[in-house]
Amino acid sequence: MIRVQTEPFDVGAEIGAFCRAGGSSGGSTGGSVGASIGGVATFVGLVRDHRGDTSEDAVPLQALTLEHYPGMTERQLERIEAEARRRWDLRDVLVIHRYGRMEPEEPIVLVCTAAAHRGPALQSCQFLIDWLKTRAPFWKCEETPDGAHWVEARDTDEAATARWEESLP
Amino acid sequence: MKVLYFAWLRDRVGTGEETIERPADVATVGDLMAWLAGRSEGHARAFADPALVRCAVDQDFAGLDAALDGAAEVAFFPPVTGG
Repeated sequence: MIRVQTEPFDVGAEIGAFCRAGGSSGGSTGGSVGASIGGVATFVGLVRDHRGDTSEDAVPLQALTLEHYPGMTERQLERIEAEARRRWDLRDVLVIHRYGRMEPEEPIVLVCTAAAHRGPALQSCQFLIDWLKTRAPFWKCEETPDGAHWVEARDTDEAATARWEESLP
Repeated sequence: MKVLYFAWLRDRVGTGEETIERPADVATVGDLMAWLAGRSEGHARAFADPALVRCAVDQDFAGLDAALDGAAEVAFFPPVTGG
């Protein structure tokens, strides 16, 4: 399931509900699908209170505004989910991605995957966030003390996506 | 045809959306970028470095060579930075 929204979400409540739902949206077998899930993997992306990765180049961050391309965003996320389900035997997938203005410590994105065992759950979760970062049309704008700046794409994100082109499970 | 701009391309062009009459000799995404760049100073700044610009035709990523025949909506934006 894909959700694109401005509202903050409760990470614990979402993950709890995902585990309890037990693959209801993704199971192809009937009966008690929930009991067939052996592993749930999750990734939570949060707003940092600074930008830069070392103390020397750290700049305080007051807020982050995410812009997106309504329509294309949902389409791309649905494709990314479909690709994950094609590569791994998944019982359920949840991707929540926010847009609009958010402050440090708020969640931006949540990816949850459910499978029979840990391997497919963990791998597909990383695949989803890696692919999403280079294929879903979102743009971050950082508010810092010296003004607003559009975030530049990082080569390491492209490399993380490219890795999945080579290594099919 | 509808043309959309996102992130700093919108800032530079000065609008997020405009409707254009595509000239007959503007056949590809690359042609359209070159043509749009001549519309105003803001457009020129937005398309000054085409290597920094990404495109979608009818909400699918498209390269410079992509044909515009039948396209209703073309969007220009920087490389994505979500997640």
